[in-house]
Amino acid sequence: MVMQQFQTEHELHRRRRSRNVGLGLVLAAFVALVFALTVVKVRQGDLMEAFDHQPRTSIVPQDEASE
Amino acid sequence: MIPGSQWPRPTDPLIQKRAGMSDTHAYDHTPEAEFGDFVALLKPRVMSLVVFTAFVGLWVAPVPMHPFLVFCSVLFIALGGGASGALNMWYDADIDAVMNRTRGRPIPSGRVTGGEALGLGLGLTVIAVMMLGLTANWFAAGFLAFTIFFYAVIYTMWLKRWTPQNIVIGGAAGAFPPMIGWACATGGISVESFLMFALIFFWTPPHFWALALFMKEDYHKAGVPMLTVTHGRAVTRRHIFGYTLVLAPFALWLGLTSVGGPIYLAVALVLNVLFIRGGWQIMRRSEETAIADNYAVERRVFKLSLYYLFLHFLALMVQHWVGAW
Repeated sequence: MVMQQFQTEHELHRRRRSRNVGLGLVLAAFVALVFALTVVKVRQGDLMEAFDHQPRTSIVPQDEASE
Repeated sequence: MIPGSQWPRPTDPLIQKRAGMSDTHAYDHTPEAEFGDFVALLKPRVMSLVVFTAFVGLWVAPVPMHPFLVFCSVLFIALGGGASGALNMWYDADIDAVMNRTRGRPIPSGRVTGGEALGLGLGLTVIAVMMLGLTANWFAAGFLAFTIFFYAVIYTMWLKRWTPQNIVIGGAAGAFPPMIGWACATGGISVESFLMFALIFFWTPPHFWALALFMKEDYHKAGVPMLTVTHGRAVTRRHIFGYTLVLAPFALWLGLTSVGGPIYLAVALVLNVLFIRGGWQIMRRSEETAIADNYAVERRVFKLSLYYLFLHFLALMVQHWVGAW
């Protein structure tokens, strides 16, 4: 009888697990979403530049760039 | 005092200690939030309207977008709508605790604290706006940020408790999503997107006031100046009819723009005739007649208003699919 009480899951634990699993799934979905978004953006040829200690080709004037 | 802070969760150790509760007592008698409670803070039913209208705004825009970017844009607009819902529940926890319909919401029922709702609302606002900027463009992201500000600050904190026109002006927040959707695709606004805004903006008052006539909530006790309370039910009935008249030209005008066409115009014509007729019937009824048949006409017009908005936007989608003007 006592063992059965220990084995029975309490409502509190169910609610906590619901929060943990829910948040985990949301985070995993967000990571997947950002990855897929990046793939689509890059394939579309969207402008995505980070600072890399070099002149950015997109802001160099056309004449200067062709010289 | 921060609104909502008067709703501490009873599982807080300090509260348990003050109440002389053992862990067992606390666990047996106090609610604790589950994942669904945080989802409920985002007002999923309101989000469904945001998702649908924002999607139509994007769908009918003249600039095509990659399907996955459409999906992400609508998702982040919906997330922004959810964030404003959480901020609304945080600020309105005192009102929600008084009214029967809202008493079971996560904050007044003690399952979620006001601070948690505020944190969720602000956090989701930042994520939704930034991600929409990266997904679509920064004009649309700024528009989304303004919409959240409008709903959470202008409507919830200011207008709702101050003027009986709260529903009218606050309705703008619910009307912006198709404009944001359009802005995601085009990077700007146009007469078409303004008319989609106007369609929802002028639809909101008759929709909510028809509901307010038969859902007699205790707005007076909650301190919310609803038109039914401040100006009486007869004035509310006249306002409903008046707004159905104002709404119709905007709905039909949308049919004459680049997103319109014969299918949309036919649908809009029929729906507006029915809606004006419903508004007229509501205005002509006395309160005694309405009580006698348990607000049958008011309930019917409210139901019609739901179909009205859904079918207008559905007609826009169909029209775009078969070809607009």
